[in-house]
Amino acid sequence: MVALAAEHVGVRLGGRDVVRDVSMRLSAGTLVGVLGPNGAGKSSLMKALAGLLPHSGRVLLDGVDVAGLARSETARKLAYLPQGQTLHWPLAVERLVGLGRLPHLAPLSAIGPADRAAIERALQRADVAHLAGRAATELSGGERARVMLARALAVEAPALLVDEPLANLDPAHQIAGMELLRAEADAGVLVLAALHDLPLAYRHCDHILLLHEGQLAAEGPAETALTPETLARVYGISASFGSPGERLLIPRERIR
Amino acid sequence: MTPRWLWPLLLFLFLAAALLSMGVGSAAIPLPRLLSAAFGNGDPVERAILLELRLPRTILALAVGAILGLSGAVLQGWLRNPLADPSVLGTSNGAALGAVAALYFGLAAAHPALLPVLGIAGAVISLLLLLALTRGSESPLIFILAGIAVGTLAGAGISLALNLSPNPFAAMEITTWLLGSLEDRSFRHVLLALPCIAIGLLLFAGTGRALDALSLGEESAASLGIDLGRVRMRILLGLAIGVGGAVSVTGAIGFVGLIVPHLIRPYTDRSPSAVLWPSAAGGAVLLAFADIAVRLVPTSNELKLGVVTAFLGVPVFLAHLLKERRIW
Repeated sequence: MVALAAEHVGVRLGGRDVVRDVSMRLSAGTLVGVLGPNGAGKSSLMKALAGLLPHSGRVLLDGVDVAGLARSETARKLAYLPQGQTLHWPLAVERLVGLGRLPHLAPLSAIGPADRAAIERALQRADVAHLAGRAATELSGGERARVMLARALAVEAPALLVDEPLANLDPAHQIAGMELLRAEADAGVLVLAALHDLPLAYRHCDHILLLHEGQLAAEGPAETALTPETLARVYGISASFGSPGERLLIPRERIR
Repeated sequence: MTPRWLWPLLLFLFLAAALLSMGVGSAAIPLPRLLSAAFGNGDPVERAILLELRLPRTILALAVGAILGLSGAVLQGWLRNPLADPSVLGTSNGAALGAVAALYFGLAAAHPALLPVLGIAGAVISLLLLLALTRGSESPLIFILAGIAVGTLAGAGISLALNLSPNPFAAMEITTWLLGSLEDRSFRHVLLALPCIAIGLLLFAGTGRALDALSLGEESAASLGIDLGRVRMRILLGLAIGVGGAVSVTGAIGFVGLIVPHLIRPYTDRSPSAVLWPSAAGGAVLLAFADIAVRLVPTSNELKLGVVTAFLGVPVFLAHLLKERRIW
């Protein structure tokens, strides 16, 4: 069981505070939606949590400061998928997903049976096993997004941080993506997903981190974090909500 | 997947190149006499030709080809740019400028070891300049831009030396050296170049995994546990020492580092790590055969190796690209 906590985390980029004083505590088996308008600091917060950006404050993984951990150790505990993941060489899907096993390989050793099984599981869970032999550069946008997700799943880390994994996907694939993240969380993984789609986040996430100008504007279960007041303050929009328990949110119009 | 025949083929070509390189030269020595010379008997002149002229030349061709091929593959992977080659970061030009300085100031005539030593110094200085310009950046674009700046500056230094040459013969000496050759190289050269090349190969040896991870970009590579700063230092040091040492002894030999990874890549799974060692073997084979061709083509002046690799390389490269219909 993994626990991820932030204590007064701040990130400064180009002389601007893009993340300010974020404190929170998240535990295993939770699907966390990281929400906020463009430029609210979602990506910077995710990178700081993954130990990829210099930051103030502390990020604690199972109570240990990530800054003090070796890169390889963080890599085994925390899988990260950046926004708009690029691929520079036309690798086969299976080979690409296999890169997720790098943190587990001992020096000079090749991919073993255990790694191969993990790759197979990741391919299955992301529903891309039938693409295993294809060049990842020749896939459609939806297939590609799922393959990249499979790469992050192959790490089999107790914490999974994905930055806008559903961008540019059609509704069916978006829902499938959320269901996949849901299943990961149900299996005991701590999943953090930066999202733009409010209805999807409202419907599927256990916990919401709502960012506004780098600060945590609201945090908690979807029903308490996403309210008419917080949506008006953070996004400047109004929204309709379904009946209690229906988990339905429909953004309506701009109000400022 | 790497086909099973790739390594046996490369090893066969490697051995064939080594044996042919020992057997071919301006003095025609028949095979039985070659063998007896090799095993300690036979004519002392033939023995000297074999062991003191052809053996160092063969060793250098294979070793220099290997480091050029490998460094090309490493740089293409690291910079994620299929057009990268060992000269792209200015190291080759830096080494060449050091060697040219040795020729220009007459140091090479004072002591023969000074030319390669200054060449290596030039490579190291160009690396320090590159590091100062990039200051801890991880962006491939910044490295390529800084490399072009360093390489162009060193190139300008070479032009200056040619411009200020006191007489045509001095300029000719520099130009001839710049064309790249393995002619008249002795064991002294082998002793200088081989340790540098070995260090270069060792430094490059541990980079395969990092290069694979980098095909997902810097952030993903770091999230997979790769220490990007360490990889950068390994690659740059390997380049300065390995390629610097090679260029200092042979002169500028282009195209091997660019072409060989492209020839190898279609027969691998196209991941950067799979291209590395076959490219080293391929580079050794290509350069050794080019050096054999140099000795066989009947011209009044012996053709320079750098000229031959360019003439051989470009058509092979173009034919290959047209067949593949893509750049990687």
